Amino acid sequence: MAPTLEVRGLRTHFFTKAGVLKAVDDVSFSIEKGKVLGLVGESGSGKSVTGFSVLGLVDPPGRVVDGEIIFQGRNLTGLSEEEWRKIRGRDIAMVFQDPMMTLNPVLRIDTQMIETVLAHEKVSEQAARARAREALTQVGIPSPDERLKAYPHQFSGGMRQRVAIAIALLHRPALIIADEPTTALDVTIQGQILYEVQKLCRDTGTSLIWITHDLSVVAGLADEICVMYAGRIVERGPVDAVLDEPLHPYTRGLIGSVPSRNVRGHKLMQIPGMTPSLLNLPPGCAFRTRCPRADDDCLVEPAITEPKPGREVRCYHPHLLDTVA
Amino acid sequence: MADTQGIRQQASVAALADAADGSRTPMIRLRGISKQFRKTLDFAGRLAQRLGANVRDEIVHAVDNVDLDVFQGEVVGLVGESGCGKSTLGRMVAGIMPPSSGTIEWKGRNIATLPAAEAKAAKLAVQMIFQDPYASLNPRMRVKDIIGEAPVVHGMVPSAKLDTYLDAQMRRAGLDPAFKRRYPHQFSGGQRQRIGIARALAVQPEFIVCDEAVAALDVSIQAQILNLFMDLRSELNLTYLFISHDLGVVEHLSDRVVIMYLGRVVEAAPAEDVFASANHPYTQALLSEVPRISGRKRAFSGVKGEIPSPLNPPPGCHFHPRCPHAMPICREVAPALKEIAPGRISACHLNDQA
Ligand SMILES: Nc1ncnc2c1ncn2[C@@H]1O[C@H](COP(=O)(O)OP(=O)(O)OP(=O)(O)O)[C@@H](O)[C@H]1O
Ligand SMILES: Nc1ncnc2c1ncn2[C@@H]1O[C@H](COP(=O)(O)OP(=O)(O)O)[C@@H](O)[C@H]1O
Ligand code: SF4
Ligand code: SF4
Ligand SMILES: [Mg+2]
Ligand SMILES: [Mg+2]
Repeated sequence: MAPTLEVRGLRTHFFTKAGVLKAVDDVSFSIEKGKVLGLVGESGSGKSVTGFSVLGLVDPPGRVVDGEIIFQGRNLTGLSEEEWRKIRGRDIAMVFQDPMMTLNPVLRIDTQMIETVLAHEKVSEQAARARAREALTQVGIPSPDERLKAYPHQFSGGMRQRVAIAIALLHRPALIIADEPTTALDVTIQGQILYEVQKLCRDTGTSLIWITHDLSVVAGLADEICVMYAGRIVERGPVDAVLDEPLHPYTRGLIGSVPSRNVRGHKLMQIPGMTPSLLNLPPGCAFRTRCPRADDDCLVEPAITEPKPGREVRCYHPHLLDTVA
Repeated sequence: MADTQGIRQQASVAALADAADGSRTPMIRLRGISKQFRKTLDFAGRLAQRLGANVRDEIVHAVDNVDLDVFQGEVVGLVGESGCGKSTLGRMVAGIMPPSSGTIEWKGRNIATLPAAEAKAAKLAVQMIFQDPYASLNPRMRVKDIIGEAPVVHGMVPSAKLDTYLDAQMRRAGLDPAFKRRYPHQFSGGQRQRIGIARALAVQPEFIVCDEAVAALDVSIQAQILNLFMDLRSELNLTYLFISHDLGVVEHLSDRVVIMYLGRVVEAAPAEDVFASANHPYTQALLSEVPRISGRKRAFSGVKGEIPSPLNPPPGCHFHPRCPHAMPICREVAPALKEIAPGRISACHLNDQA
């Protein structure tokens, strides 16, 4: 079966006064129907810009300068704004970290949801209301009829995020891109939302790209992981493989940095130094200045290789033999 | 590595033994500490009130009758959902905010009645490190002044020796002293947190309250800062109250964990016990939601219901509307904190029957 989405060689650059900022630079991945892809990386690594690019939402000074975004067999790069609008919300929906990016503070929830339904479908207002109600129920909002009449400020942060997800669901999109939607929430509320989202992908076959800096969230949610560093995917593979046998030195460092049971009270493995500015990346491998395996080979930018079946890595010296203890 | 572990266990065992027999004075002792905030009426509310409507200022019980001991050398983790009163409690411990009622003892003496000079010394001995390193650093001050101001004001360093002192403070927090003439905005998030740490340590405190001190940092930088906290602990014999909503971080660092729910302490126990076998249903629920790298393709469930408003907490046990074990008594009577095993306390009616 053809994947729901296939991204090939995507490059999104920002043409700023200080120079060309390569926020996304040669990014490729794909996602099958009903699967969850975790896009992981630290702040500024290009996760959000990747998400925005797939939705045609990159504004000047930014521009998608290269690559293909193939959604259900159709290349979306180069679509007109009007064509994008037809796809956005209907076929591909986005959920943001801040639900107020989706919600209008001065409109009642029912007004917003009904408008969203009517934007893409000619149905009666009654049918649209029924759809809104159903979507709220799907994300576990109790007494949806009452909630439909409320304004966003009458909801807690967790509830607002659920409403934003419900809005994303209204047209039963084939793909949802969720950009750190639970980062600002308590673990208990995050658990509720992850539960609903998981059920949804299983029940409706929606594909999900879950963007986060939190490896432990994707561990529980995703089928496949892409790890981003400085605008590039440095490692990609099935969730178990990547987390148990990380190939890239950065992935390894990241996993070692997460406090967990087996290192309780001991020092965490730490990646030295800091994330480089995308405006002046060192030549060659962008991780070179922090990498324990770096040598002269790394002065030239490494390409993606597939050292094991189904595993992709962008590194000259991947960890091929050893697993994480 | 191994000796850090050793020190940690020793400290926790000692602290527990002391807690059990009550023979050693804790560094910080809170008794019946409460803090209320009055949410005053807005204009519409005042108008309605003048027209005879039954509206009044609302009172938030941010912290409600908390007892807590922290012993020398311990790391006590304080966890709970947003708004449960962690920061408010931390501020009272750090002496930044006075309690509405209750007493705070510093090394066995009530700080409210200490002579001025000793009160000042006690206040300096407890320092706080905040979540947002940017908001807590004056953007118009150079790093050398941010770190050096308090030690000079309090006469801890003669000005002739200030430069060497500053260099040592910066180096200890992992900052290059060459950057001391820079301003906060010229540093990354992790470096700014190091500046906050250097500033707190420059007055040679014994006790540090960390309020979400690594929450805003990327994982790789967070690991650097957590390692720094652990190094400083053994190097300077520091005691920490470590506030965090991240249970993974708390598990990693703490000897003892205190769990709060809507202003009250619901459970407190050695970290190992809490994470191995939590007693309170709320703690159990909280722990079951912690995402872990080892938990693959797991079924998330979520604690039912929302965090209730602290303006209007449920009667009886605050947790009863969300608790899977709630009984009729839970709706009426608030459970008291009881010792359920040596060094472990929990406030739940399920323990009444045992
Ligand atoms: N200065 C204040 N005035 C009024 N209410 C306050 C004030 N400070 C805190 N509160 C209220 O007291 C309660 C506890 O707040 P606190 O900041 O201690 O929570 P917290 O546990 O630190 O939460 P978080 O995890 O979100 O930081 C909340 O309901 C909060 O809104
Ligand atoms: N509108 C913009 N103009 C200039 N640079 C931008 C813009 N949006 C994002 N960037 C830059 O692109 C890089 C990647 O950003 P982003 O995708 O938001 O990272 P994250 O992985 O944290 O989501 C960052 O260096 C960011 O500063
Ligand atoms: S290419 Fe070289 S510098 Fe880059 S991650 Fe691999 S070993 Fe390290
Ligand atoms: S006292 Fe009752 S409601 Fe509260 S935690 Fe225990 S069983 Fe649940
Ligand atoms: Mg982002
Ligand atoms: Mg707080």
